[in-house]
Amino acid sequence: MTITENKPTSVIGTRLLRREDPPLLTGEAKFTNDLNIPGALHLSVLRSPYAHAKIKSIDVSAALKIAGVIAIYTGKDLQSSWASPMPCAWPVTADMKNPAHYPLAIDKVNYVGDGVAAILATNEVASRDALDAIDVQYEPLKAVVDLEDSLSDKNVIHTELGTNKSYTWPLLVEETPGCVEEAFKKAKYKVKERYVQQRLIPMAMEPRAIVAVPQPFGGDITLYSSTQIPHILKVMTALTLGIPEQQVRVVAPSVGGGFGSKLDVYAEELLCMALSRKHNAPVRWVEERSENTQATIQGRGQIQHVELAADENGKITAVRVRIVGDMGAYLQLVTPGVPLLGAFLYAGVYDIPKAYDFECTSVFTNLTPTDAYRGAGRPEATYAIEMAMEALARAMKIDSFELRKRNYIKKEQFPYVAFSGLTYDSGDHLLAAEKAAKMTDLAGVRAQQKKQNVPGATKLLGLGMSSYFEMCGLAPSRVLASLNYSAGGWEAATVRVLPTNKVQVITGTSPHGQGHETSWAMIAAEKLGVAPEDVDVLHSDTAISALGLDTYGSRSLPVGGVAIALACDKVIEKAKTIAAHQLECATEDLQFANGTFSVKGSPDRALPLAAIAFGAFTAHNLPEGCEPNLEAQVSYDPPNFSWPFGTHMCVVEVDTETGAVEILKYIAVDDCGNQINPLIVEGQVHGGVVQGIAQALFEEAVYDEDGNLKSSNLAEYLVPAACDVPSITTGHTITPSPTNQLGVKGIGEAGTIGAAPTVISAIIDALSGLGVTTMAMPASPQTVWKTIQAATSGGKK
Amino acid sequence: MIPAAFEYKRATSAAEAISLVSQYGSDAKFLAGGHSLLPLMKLRLAQPAMLIDIGRVKDLSYIKDAGSHLAIGALTRHMDVETSKVVHEHAPLLAKAASHVGDSQVRHRGTIGGSIAHADPASDLPATTLALGATYIVQGPKGQREIAASNFYKGFLESDLAADEMLVEIRVPKMQGAGWSFQKFNRRAQDWAIVGVAAWHRKGEAGVALVNMGSTPILATSVANAIAKGASISDAAALASNEADPQSDLNASSDYRKHLASVLVRRALEAASK
Repeated sequence: MTITENKPTSVIGTRLLRREDPPLLTGEAKFTNDLNIPGALHLSVLRSPYAHAKIKSIDVSAALKIAGVIAIYTGKDLQSSWASPMPCAWPVTADMKNPAHYPLAIDKVNYVGDGVAAILATNEVASRDALDAIDVQYEPLKAVVDLEDSLSDKNVIHTELGTNKSYTWPLLVEETPGCVEEAFKKAKYKVKERYVQQRLIPMAMEPRAIVAVPQPFGGDITLYSSTQIPHILKVMTALTLGIPEQQVRVVAPSVGGGFGSKLDVYAEELLCMALSRKHNAPVRWVEERSENTQATIQGRGQIQHVELAADENGKITAVRVRIVGDMGAYLQLVTPGVPLLGAFLYAGVYDIPKAYDFECTSVFTNLTPTDAYRGAGRPEATYAIEMAMEALARAMKIDSFELRKRNYIKKEQFPYVAFSGLTYDSGDHLLAAEKAAKMTDLAGVRAQQKKQNVPGATKLLGLGMSSYFEMCGLAPSRVLASLNYSAGGWEAATVRVLPTNKVQVITGTSPHGQGHETSWAMIAAEKLGVAPEDVDVLHSDTAISALGLDTYGSRSLPVGGVAIALACDKVIEKAKTIAAHQLECATEDLQFANGTFSVKGSPDRALPLAAIAFGAFTAHNLPEGCEPNLEAQVSYDPPNFSWPFGTHMCVVEVDTETGAVEILKYIAVDDCGNQINPLIVEGQVHGGVVQGIAQALFEEAVYDEDGNLKSSNLAEYLVPAACDVPSITTGHTITPSPTNQLGVKGIGEAGTIGAAPTVISAIIDALSGLGVTTMAMPASPQTVWKTIQAATSGGKK
Repeated sequence: MIPAAFEYKRATSAAEAISLVSQYGSDAKFLAGGHSLLPLMKLRLAQPAMLIDIGRVKDLSYIKDAGSHLAIGALTRHMDVETSKVVHEHAPLLAKAASHVGDSQVRHRGTIGGSIAHADPASDLPATTLALGATYIVQGPKGQREIAASNFYKGFLESDLAADEMLVEIRVPKMQGAGWSFQKFNRRAQDWAIVGVAAWHRKGEAGVALVNMGSTPILATSVANAIAKGASISDAAALASNEADPQSDLNASSDYRKHLASVLVRRALEAASK
């Protein structure tokens, strides 16, 4: 026997097809609204048509006469149903202002879409008709829409707070006091830029849907919700409703995407639960698409002021950042924390001294609340530093890739302790960037550009790039504590080998499109030496998976996946004691490979895991003190964030007559460490890049001065379709994470982070010969054309 | 997305449909492919009390070579117009425009008559048939009448159709080998045009109509007249917006639309004269 024969066939790293897809593609998958719950009442929510108004009166008498309408509640009617206002889990500063926020508005509405009344009816048609029959008298107030207007406190939204400012959060890191100011004084080159991160609507394929089912006796209640966070939801709804936590079970059935928008505790979840208990009947609510654009959180919404100081070689000597963050009308679950997630990344992938001055002031507006949206703070930060690097390169009249090369943290500097005190565990930025440059044919594109971009040409070629670092794998609990986050960042896993050697994995992650069932089965299969199809993955039901912190922030693999690997190790350790007992040897004499324990040096003395699993089940012959069954549970708190990185490049052609931008080539080189399933990694990169391109070119939640959403449906809010985005070429470098045994880092948000600055910098590059130096997002044809007109008219009208 | 309550009747012939609509008057709406009407109803922006479904009216789905022109039944699906050999041979501009309507699912369901009767200035087919000098045959209780496309469009979603009339046929003059081009400018492939141009050009003669450049589809007569008088294409294209009065919306201001129209008309005429 040779060692190679005994080598396990590797499952990790193969392009296994997703087991989730057949039910999703055939319509077999059950989403919340597919659940057939007999006797469920339908909830509709009447929403404010005003961004800011006093509620003078609500007359429901006509609506109550509609056949099928059972009851209508106003905010006042339900005031006693809540043990506390809706939760915000991230009080970022001790003095943060947080207005009381209830599921239905009381006396005053603060954004278009704010809930005013809840209608319960026996059917959806009756509850929809009742919406039109309720007569609400409002006294409109001046709406605060603009961030800088909000900052001025000319009109205060929540008068009880006395200000529109929710908090100011500074992060000043100086080697010596005043060194930032000093660096700017001494700098050979300085840039000062202002960027606007437009509000985005997450627009998951499946809008939200909820059914709350009370048990007839005893007070137990099951909440089915299209959510990313069944575990957090269980705790938070129990607390808000004042129900004992053990009486609440939360189930997330098949969930059609979230992108952060389902990382929240929503008014409708609380309304369904409260009303189902009041009426002792199941209550269902299904969001309409236009409703989704107003009643579900939005993303981004920041004004960024970024300054870089650099020496004569372009080496960055200091970074100064001022942000105004748009919280919207209320603080949702993690609203105030989003800018903080970016606060550590305004130095990007660059080696900067301890000369970093960051401050974020967040304000209320009369708009839909914001919260985490794919990337959450990190795309914003990356956009700012990468666009500022482009500006610095222009100021120095050097190629921006050359400038980046002079500033990249070098491979040999890892693990790298950053200015912030955080340790970047691994990386090789130059390698990823050079690979991207090669795949793009950088030299070829530059040569073509010289030929094509001649005076008078109307089709101009541009090349853009960005290098990013992502801080993900949320998160080491102690670091979260230092940021005032109210929960931890660990993840739980249970691994159970059944008597027939089939495996159950129970995870606290809650997939909504990421393919966890496939990937987690691959991890357990690799560790235990069984086939992936013999591993069942259970999740998203708090009655089955009691412990967990759910799915967001590219955490599921580097935290939840690693927890599974650790639980497999524990199972193997236990099995080893049983194997040693039965083979009559010491545990240290045993090796485990390919699903079999064998005595080192005498491979004939061997026991397969299958035999041990059955033996552990019968418990006929176990070592003294050994419990029956093969099962282990782990709660894993990661020692560090994970740090994926990469470089994206793209080539665009801009039609200067119309302003149209066409992306000719898009290259994404991402390093997420080891890849469990490269097919899933590529899928995540493709989806992420498209969402980043969407921010760069297409999407914007547009409000008028009265706070009305003008882009409130999919004809006006331009989510790109497959035919509107380029083919994406993916490439990878692999720098395993040294902080976890799988060497993994997470890939859920990387594409979104890399794409927007890549596309915008390419457009500016194309138009640089015309004097264009800035480009607002989204770079719609009209915006591009007007920017060209402004640049070429030489300041004249 | 639940419409207000409505009654529903299905007509099996044009005569029956007209008799029904005479009965119910302006509370009634014809339902053909439903791709414009149903979304408006689901948003409760349209609340007709009666829907008269003409989707199963026989004999109104056809494309015939009628000598000097093509005769196209009002209930012909976009996909049939797009792929018809006869249309490709004699009115290729119309086939091209039909291929730009929505996506493939929409084109299998939506009808040419529905699109024209809806009179949406942002739709591709009203402007294209206008550029081609088409006429429309409408039928009412007193029989049929023929309306020139240039007299048909009266205002935003308003046409010369009386409440008790139904569009039954579109007559498109054969293009006789004229050069042509359809330019559709939008941000996503499946959207309505921000600005669209349907144009043909033949030896000092041209027809140009604009999509989404006013409250109706716009016939750019100044451009055609300039070409007839021997103006260069770019000089003629500069007159693109003479007859237009475009709206401003999220995608384009009125001025930007006018600018786009002149660029697209120039490109269309250049392509058509190649």
